[in-house]
Amino acid sequence: MDYTKQIYDTITSKKLTYEQKLKNLANIAENELDVLPIPEKTKYYFSTGAINDLFEGHAPYRPRYIMPDYEKYLKNGSEFLRVKPAKNMDEAIFALMMIYHHVPSITSFPVFLGSLDYLLEPYADGLSDEEIKSKLRLFLTFLDRTIDDSFCHANLGPKETRVGNLILEVEEELQDTVPNLTIKYDQDITPDAFMEKAIGCSLKCSNPAICNDKANVNNYKGGYGISSCYNILPIAGGSYTLTRVTLTKLANETNDIEKFINEVLPECLSCIADYENERIRFLVEKSNFFESNFLVKEGLISKNRFVPMFGVTGLAECVNTLLKDKGLKYGHDKEADDLGVRIMDKIEKTVSTFHALYTPLTDNHFMLHAQVGLDSDLGVTSGVRIPVGDEPESFLDHLRHSARYHCYFPAGVGDIFPIADNVKQNPSALLDIVKGAFNLGMHYMSFYSANTDLVRITGYLVKRSEMEKFDNNQAVIKQTTHLGSPNYKVNNLKERKVRMG
Amino acid sequence: MAVAPINKIIECSTVDGPGLRTSVFVQKCNIHCLYCHNPETQNLCVNCGKCVSSCPVLALSIKNGKVIWNKDICVSCDTCISVCPFHASPKVVYRSAEDVYSEIKKNLGFIRGITVSGGECSLYPDFLTELFNLAKKDGLTCLMDSNGMVEYSLYPDLMKVTDGVMLDIKSWDNDIYTRLVGFSNDIVKKNLAYLDSINKIEELRIVVVDSYVDSFACIDGIASTIQKENIPTTKLKLIRFRKNGVKGELSNHPSPTLETMQKLKDYAVSKGFKNIEIR
Repeated sequence: MDYTKQIYDTITSKKLTYEQKLKNLANIAENELDVLPIPEKTKYYFSTGAINDLFEGHAPYRPRYIMPDYEKYLKNGSEFLRVKPAKNMDEAIFALMMIYHHVPSITSFPVFLGSLDYLLEPYADGLSDEEIKSKLRLFLTFLDRTIDDSFCHANLGPKETRVGNLILEVEEELQDTVPNLTIKYDQDITPDAFMEKAIGCSLKCSNPAICNDKANVNNYKGGYGISSCYNILPIAGGSYTLTRVTLTKLANETNDIEKFINEVLPECLSCIADYENERIRFLVEKSNFFESNFLVKEGLISKNRFVPMFGVTGLAECVNTLLKDKGLKYGHDKEADDLGVRIMDKIEKTVSTFHALYTPLTDNHFMLHAQVGLDSDLGVTSGVRIPVGDEPESFLDHLRHSARYHCYFPAGVGDIFPIADNVKQNPSALLDIVKGAFNLGMHYMSFYSANTDLVRITGYLVKRSEMEKFDNNQAVIKQTTHLGSPNYKVNNLKERKVRMG
Repeated sequence: MAVAPINKIIECSTVDGPGLRTSVFVQKCNIHCLYCHNPETQNLCVNCGKCVSSCPVLALSIKNGKVIWNKDICVSCDTCISVCPFHASPKVVYRSAEDVYSEIKKNLGFIRGITVSGGECSLYPDFLTELFNLAKKDGLTCLMDSNGMVEYSLYPDLMKVTDGVMLDIKSWDNDIYTRLVGFSNDIVKKNLAYLDSINKIEELRIVVVDSYVDSFACIDGIASTIQKENIPTTKLKLIRFRKNGVKGELSNHPSPTLETMQKLKDYAVSKGFKNIEIR
């Protein structure tokens, strides 16, 4: 689109709030720069849609996802923000509210808020449950109303804490989309009763999602957190960038499976690695982010703890396209699923040979991530999921399928399951599902009750009621509603198979 | 090798006991409750053939005087069940315990147990004993969901491998019970005392129906039958009657109010029950 027209349309839009306009204008300006050398081959794959940089902008001036060490911040305070070390819960909460405002990211909102239970637990002594809940209510409501984008994640667990319990109770009341919550779960650490409470909560307000702690705890030295849409990243660091291969589109290059695996796929992956390295190079060498940002200066993040994420999406359609002559389907036929595994093996092996710049934490390796999608993804199924409407009859077969593919993605992967309403009465049954799935190797899963207002789109939450408003041309507070509404329709999300009914 | 007519197997059930369970539904019942919500499980098919012509996808046929169901074509629309004049189903298949277990075994790692429901599972004690023995080897818990009209003490081998029975009390007064199901409830009361004595009550259930069920008397009856020290831990489930799926005289009967349910719960509390659930 023409540059000035884009600006004009943004400025005069009825559907955008003031803040949303401001951000869009910044994106348009950034995209006028041309600072990244992009070879012809890469441009070709961009044009077919096989490579997609997820609107990261043409001149990276901040890492995509930042995961500050909030524990250190609460302990030491911040010279830049003129915040003293927190001595009680009010000070801790206000200190967090202040720093969140200054954490950059691709969305310009903080995508990671820390493990709120662990962060606040040290300040809980001497306060009654009701006192803490009243503080949490204000805190969480503040976050929901000021962080206008639900790619914003807080973590809980794996240990049970008093504050963790109270957060779950308040979450259930508030029914908000921000923050997105994930509980880290380890069968040997997290008590059943606490997990049942978390699962019960997720059936009432679609939060928290559940991360397999055992499977992820050793991904990065020094600890991990879950940010944005299921990104598993190092604490005190984050992700420089994320570009994805859209296998759905790449499969259109050839009908020949061998040629696809041995020629097309490695070529495209190598273009992505080079492109991501160019982004990292600009960010690290030219943008001066790491030279100027206070988070770096105060040791809350460090360049040494950033990694590039390597996104993969649309495996389902890729397999189905390559096997269309045989009429075999991903998620249903063994030959199709085996081909999916073969493609993933190839991706894993190829990507492991690439050298990622400025990435000492993972010995200069890119980290694979099952990318969940964009609003514009018509007919592209998230990551390695089975397409909506194609889910196997058996829930357990579906989980076994997921478990087979989750192992490839240390930087995050996940499945979403709408659950029959009556399971609220027996969350222990759903905990049995989680235990079984995690023991089989699933890394991450989330549930929502089939008839709730809060719907998970690709990972983030959107309120059905807000989508309706937006569809009627009204401005809505959450930017993610703009993405969620078309995605919900285009990808028929209301048709997701309801489980355990 | 014992077989039983199987109506269906539910891979992931959340309503048939603690945690996640696979539930097996056998066909045929020895009583006919007015409020039965799956009356199609009451009887065995008599091969009248009435359903065959009504099947919209031609999944049913008659061969050698028997109704044959083609599972691969069936779209589970349940038209056959709605037209059956005998409260039966053409989709029932006789299966051995081993065969049924081979299907359940796939779910190991997810489920913590199995529950056999129906129909009435206690009509097939040999099948149950075999099935439960197989399940026990894999560490699964085994529950019977039963109306208590077959005397359990006559089947010690079955009781040995049964972890618990989810027992329907239905009503206490014999006349009321007879009006509700067509038979007397002497055996149910005997079974209640027996299960309590061997510590195998998983839960006791009363379906509350206004002007059809003596719910308060039920609570009294249970409290006076089971051992006093077991009252606080015995799980009592008070189920609101719902007309979904019910055929016949109660098909339009209203559900009891939530106040009624709460009153009953309060009454049970006054009798010493502590583990009470309203559904």
